Amino acid sequence: MTATTAKEQSIASSIQLRAVTKAFGSVQVLKNIDLDVASGKVVVLIGASGSGKSTVLRIMSGLETADSGEVVVGDVPMHDPKRAPEIRGHVGMVFQQFNLFPHLNALGNVTLALRKSLKMSKAEAREVGLRCLERVGMQDRCANYPSQLSGGQQQRVAIARALAVNPRIMFFDEATSALDPELVGEVTSVMRSLAADGMTMVVVTHEMGFAHRTADRVVFMDDGVIAEQGSPEQVLKDPQHPRTQQFLARVLEA
Amino acid sequence: MNLELIWDNLPQLLKAFLVTLELSAVSIAGSTAIGLVVGALRTSRVPVVSQLARAYVEIFRGSPLPITLLFVYFGAALYLGYSVELFVASAVGLSIYHGAYVAEIFRSGIEAVPTGQREAAQTLGLSPMQTFRYVVLPQTRRIVFPPLIGQYISLIKDTSIAFVIGMVELMKAGQAIVDRTAEPVPVYLTIAALYFVICYPLSLWVRRNERKIVPA
Repeated sequence: MTATTAKEQSIASSIQLRAVTKAFGSVQVLKNIDLDVASGKVVVLIGASGSGKSTVLRIMSGLETADSGEVVVGDVPMHDPKRAPEIRGHVGMVFQQFNLFPHLNALGNVTLALRKSLKMSKAEAREVGLRCLERVGMQDRCANYPSQLSGGQQQRVAIARALAVNPRIMFFDEATSALDPELVGEVTSVMRSLAADGMTMVVVTHEMGFAHRTADRVVFMDDGVIAEQGSPEQVLKDPQHPRTQQFLARVLEA
Repeated sequence: MNLELIWDNLPQLLKAFLVTLELSAVSIAGSTAIGLVVGALRTSRVPVVSQLARAYVEIFRGSPLPITLLFVYFGAALYLGYSVELFVASAVGLSIYHGAYVAEIFRSGIEAVPTGQREAAQTLGLSPMQTFRYVVLPQTRRIVFPPLIGQYISLIKDTSIAFVIGMVELMKAGQAIVDRTAEPVPVYLTIAALYFVICYPLSLWVRRNERKIVPA
């Protein structure tokens, strides 16, 4: 990679959050969040449910709007309601419940946005789609409908679907939480290979093994604030904040 | 029963039967188009839009079909200053009236599609219209199909009400024969049979497909 493309990428796929707040009704979910994700890095958000980590992800992907503060994703200022929609199609989101389109087969799921949004020809979309399915090891099941696939296979198709539009950043919202334990590995191994390829990733997960092996930085959230962040070694092995210690003790016990 | 009477008047009845078929087909298309748009607007997150759609539904569900037909036919003449053809007025009246019911059917179908589907489509870069057309609408099919056909069956039978504005369809043609011959029973039975011939196959079709839709 040349110096210029590296620089372009660093502009296009970094994330900055400044003093971000968000309330749902009377519940203050996020209180003053500052967070930076550099291009090509993998940041893992951990914390108890209700701590606000999914909301951070949904704000970065444009599914929610912050009440105040600045959110810049790539080169899109998400706090500007006029410009926020520009992010659509440029970041990939992988959901806990997969959210595959049940009326389309695996290839149809992956190619829908290519055909309708990016206006690719049928042949071109098929080629890109098959390549993305191959990337997650699902090319043999391209004609299968979601209901004919296991949870792990569905999630891999969902990852392929997100990758197909060539996103600059990938978000994973508890991508393995709905899976049977023996199926978690096939999904995390796809995620690890994406990280190895230099994809910028923000991952909300309860998989401490994944966090430890893959994250560049682990961020612990508690009650709407970032309580602690640092390298996985630091946060997971030597947590400083009492809430982090409590949380990890509970998670590792389970 | 006087079969000869039916035989003698059969050409007239069949001609009216064709009008009923035509009026049904046009009104089914019209009510589906209206129902689809109003049903989609009903789920809009813009309060004014969803409230207007709701008002439409409540007004036409809350008033009798004959009144709607009279308003369309004579209202056009009175307030717009030109007369509408009977067939057009009947089709428009039936479409806007049944459109209100069809809208509710589509609304329930649209609302049954999980929000995650829309969120996935949005992050992939599909526009709201594309999301509706390619993600939401296809998933409503199995939910709306049975009640929709039921609504179409009501509509077909309701075309008989177009007689209130003087439309000569099956019902009106039959009454004319009754007036002439003073033989109501065979004539009305024949008419009932002709409506049944259109509606029953639709019922059967729903039942067959409902069984198919049940997951194996």
